[in-house]
Amino acid sequence: MAEVTMRIWRGDASGGEFTSYTLAQNEGEVVLDVVHRIQASEAPDLACRWNCKAGKCGSCSAEINGKPRLMCMTRMDSLPEGPVTVAPMRTFPIVRDLVTDVSFNFVRAQQVPALLPPPMPEGGYVMYQEDVERGQEFRKCIECFMCQDVCHVIRDHEDNKQHYAGPRFFIRYAELEMHPLDQNDRREYVREEMGLGYCNITKCCTEVCPEHIKITDNAIIPLKERVVDAHYDPIAWLGRAIRRKKKASAAEAAVQPAP
Amino acid sequence: MTDTYEHHDYDVLIIGAGGAGLRAAIEAKQRGLRVAIVTKSLLGKAHTVMAEGGMAAALGNVYPEDNWQVHFRDTMRGGKYLNNYRMAELHAKEAPDRVLELEQWGALFDRTPAGKILQRDFGGHRYARLAHVGDRTGLELIRTLQQKVVSMGADVFMECKVLRLVHDASGKAAGAVAYWRATGEFVTFAAKAVVLATGGLGKSWKFTSNSWECTGDGHAMALWAGARLIDMECVQFHPTGMVWPLSVRGLLVTEGVRGDGGVLRNSEGRRFMFDYVAPMFRAETAESEDEGDRWYEDHSAGRRPPELLPRDEVARAINAEVKAGRGSPHGGVFLDIASRRSPEFIRRRLPSMYHQFMELAGVDITREAMEIGPTCHYAMGGVQVDADSAATAVPGLFAAGEVAGGMHGANRLGGNSLSDLVVFGRRAGMGAADWVESGEAATSMEAGEVEAAVAAALAPFERESGESPYDLHHDLQEMMQANVGIIRTQSELDDAKERLVEFAERVNNVRVTGGRAYNPGWNLATDLPSMITVSRCVTEGARLRTESRGGHTREDFPTADDRLGTLNFAQTCPGGAWDGEYRIEESPLLAMPAELKALLEEAH
Repeated sequence: MAEVTMRIWRGDASGGEFTSYTLAQNEGEVVLDVVHRIQASEAPDLACRWNCKAGKCGSCSAEINGKPRLMCMTRMDSLPEGPVTVAPMRTFPIVRDLVTDVSFNFVRAQQVPALLPPPMPEGGYVMYQEDVERGQEFRKCIECFMCQDVCHVIRDHEDNKQHYAGPRFFIRYAELEMHPLDQNDRREYVREEMGLGYCNITKCCTEVCPEHIKITDNAIIPLKERVVDAHYDPIAWLGRAIRRKKKASAAEAAVQPAP
Repeated sequence: MTDTYEHHDYDVLIIGAGGAGLRAAIEAKQRGLRVAIVTKSLLGKAHTVMAEGGMAAALGNVYPEDNWQVHFRDTMRGGKYLNNYRMAELHAKEAPDRVLELEQWGALFDRTPAGKILQRDFGGHRYARLAHVGDRTGLELIRTLQQKVVSMGADVFMECKVLRLVHDASGKAAGAVAYWRATGEFVTFAAKAVVLATGGLGKSWKFTSNSWECTGDGHAMALWAGARLIDMECVQFHPTGMVWPLSVRGLLVTEGVRGDGGVLRNSEGRRFMFDYVAPMFRAETAESEDEGDRWYEDHSAGRRPPELLPRDEVARAINAEVKAGRGSPHGGVFLDIASRRSPEFIRRRLPSMYHQFMELAGVDITREAMEIGPTCHYAMGGVQVDADSAATAVPGLFAAGEVAGGMHGANRLGGNSLSDLVVFGRRAGMGAADWVESGEAATSMEAGEVEAAVAAALAPFERESGESPYDLHHDLQEMMQANVGIIRTQSELDDAKERLVEFAERVNNVRVTGGRAYNPGWNLATDLPSMITVSRCVTEGARLRTESRGGHTREDFPTADDRLGTLNFAQTCPGGAWDGEYRIEESPLLAMPAELKALLEEAH
């Protein structure tokens, strides 16, 4: 019977190593199926995060043969012959085995100034399909955080995390910025406190997005354009100069340690 | 006690962070209360995220003749009249406001040409009624609520699994004991009110659309704590789950495929659903393919095609076709939209389905038919609640969403789940807030209950030998699939009852290896009592309901029984011991006011 060999990273914050597991090959399986079979047999304490096993929840992100992917949507027969390497996402601190501490993202989520809509008219808002479609693309995001994982601004530069929200949140800001109902202006905030300028549009995030969101082209670049327009507008500049002192203290408050 | 474990104090403790839990949190938070949400997953990953087709609300944007009365009627008929009528009434009346408020919080639903929320057809709904975003409506709902909750500053305890509810000395709900998955350390939450929003229980079956979380924790904890579970025998098997490859068997295929024109065919190419129209639905169902096709264009030009009958009807028909030898190669039937709609239409309306079949099965649904079959999907049964306040029989304990029973009767209509979450999530938040403000709430937790829960959780580590929790779970799923599946019969149910006694004994012999930090084997071991508890309740209800009604089908009692149609089976656990004795009794349905009854009797 044909077999598969999985090299899975086992360990915790203090260190770890790859452990090999060899199992029978089953037709049609995805990487997560094989991880589950390892749990049910050789390694009942092998830690991995997963929920839906249908590519909808974004829980089972890992680096498969070095590339960030959802374990539940990666068919074994799509991978080259030979051992399959499964490692945790490198950008986030290790909890155990394939599970990482992604709380950075939840802190960043808390810092997003909320939607500010006008009062709702009787019978609900009127918005047209062409106006909601741009935002809908970004709202497909399943928060797998693989775009964050692969982003070189924070992947190998831990210090940058305190100045940078990352691609997942740039599409969130772009979504709000393009939301037909929103009356908030976050452009200066994204530039100054969320580090939009650090992104130099290498499109690594777009390449790994399992929802095929055009993160760079449709969110980050338009967002950068809007931010630049706002920043170099002379009236906006004057307003900022007056508010600067207050803003600086808000920036300090925004960077909290992970819970 | 507060010295032994990490401890938190709140006004309202919400267990579960799906649609119902988050909506309850928003409500309680708006009342100025201190709110904690505890979830065993990360925020935004709850099973709500998997809902696809939409949320039902009589907005009347596509068919102005739609209104709450028709929605109420459809819900009651779909539920085969076993519903708590008051829940169905509140749900139909309030769902439109709940949908509209989501837009204030950022949701972006698909639009009509006039810029209103677009609504889609689904089984059992007379009019196109489901507000939706392509086929990822659940994601839109959970993300919107999650972002709202975060912006309000509610405290969210992620990957923190509640093990047991805790009472005060007088038996009121007083909090819960949980453990952090990351560290394995225990944590206690004291609260004046506790809201259960823990979702479903499909993980007791082998083929299910449910995520790993759906282990019936809330159903079980409520039962152990003194609440009543009703209608547990009513489990919905969704007609269209994937059947191949085996590793994804059970994965949901949205009803939106049929709502948007997809049809079911057997191996002979016949649209067999025309052969399975029950008398109750004949007057409103198309008699020919032509008539059904006209209906898609204009609902006044024909009657609805039989593929859009309620889910229980369609699932039974598929089961019968496969049994008669007219199934697909992998034991399902064919769901065909490729021959009926353009590839562009399919990719725009059903992007997730396109993606799911392409990536997991190598099937291009714009070119070929899907193979599908029934999959365990939804628990209609659950904790008995007061419709208006979501209060359970335990003072201070509330329940909303799938864990609550009554709203959907014997069978839930598609689209009524997401609206249920927000309608009753909000009401649970209100009920909990009222209870907190009443001054009657519990003020202390029984330390003995906390210690017992901790000891039970740690026991699997202390055994020197014993069996793997994975093996026991596997055996439970095989048994429930075989004996308590879509079609049931007395001898198999009796056998299941005996086997469940053995399974409960085996739980007390489960051994876990490794440490406590993020140990999935241990986590599964803590889920097993819940899964076995709900399996016992489903089996016992199914044994006593000697009729076929909605999601409960008895081969040996193939028709509905008028007397049983007037009552729920209510189950309790008098001693509070999960492996102890449960009781089951008949509980009459609430009497419906005459004006609502009249709505049910109208011709259509």
